[in-house]
Amino acid sequence: MNITEILFWFLTALAILSALMVVFSRNPVHSVLWLILVFFAISGHYIMLNAQFLAIVNLIVYAGAIMVLFLFVIMLMNMNSDSEPQKNKWLKMAGTVAGGSLLLILVAALKNSEVQYQKVEGAQGTIGLIHNLGKTLFTDYVVPFEISSVLFLSAMVGAVVIGKKD
Amino acid sequence: MPINYYIFLAITLFCIGIVGVLTRRNAIIIFMCIELMLNAVNILLVAFSKMHYLAAATANPATNVGSEAQLFVFFIMVVAAAEVTVGLAIIVMMYRNIHSVDINFLNRLKH
Repeated sequence: MNITEILFWFLTALAILSALMVVFSRNPVHSVLWLILVFFAISGHYIMLNAQFLAIVNLIVYAGAIMVLFLFVIMLMNMNSDSEPQKNKWLKMAGTVAGGSLLLILVAALKNSEVQYQKVEGAQGTIGLIHNLGKTLFTDYVVPFEISSVLFLSAMVGAVVIGKKD
Repeated sequence: MPINYYIFLAITLFCIGIVGVLTRRNAIIIFMCIELMLNAVNILLVAFSKMHYLAAATANPATNVGSEAQLFVFFIMVVAAAEVTVGLAIIVMMYRNIHSVDINFLNRLKH
């Protein structure tokens, strides 16, 4: 095992364990903190794939902005593990079985697919760097970029209108 | 790394998100599990982009095949950020009206 494989398996185990803790921890604040750890592991995966721009954007947008928003909302509602609503255990078990069945079927369907002989080499290539992505974004994808600014504006107006006290 | 490992990692994270949506009753946790599923898809897009780049780079080392997929990930993050602002505003409004974020109390349209 070279250093790349060790890092890959470490980040994978970290992501999956933290994702499980997001689902199974009773305190919502702990769930948010575990989800931040998942995002850090995913950013590590992006760095190993040499997608440096996406790694930084993932950290700034998700772990920095969105999760802080979640933490603020949870803090405003003063939620803790005592006030946490729980489904009854049969519904929980049914949900877990349903999700596990989907996992089983997807893994079984893709286990022997053709694509598995393809390789992913993280170290080579510069397509994930900001130089190439910025050039593509502002030549071929200018219209979606501008439309996304309109989307942000409408989301902001919508959030203000919905959150306003009437 | 074979592409298989990334596919199975993304599938596992996606299914954990689905289990979270199905087993929790807190609206905020359900929302966080949806974010988890979006991120699983993002990993898959980046891994496939590098896979196609590697296949194309053997013929032409100066190619930039695969940068579209990474831009799609960027746009998914943009849409997710807009979605979170509106969704959290809706959850705050719901908490103000019924003093709970339990989704079982959200059945007022039924009556």
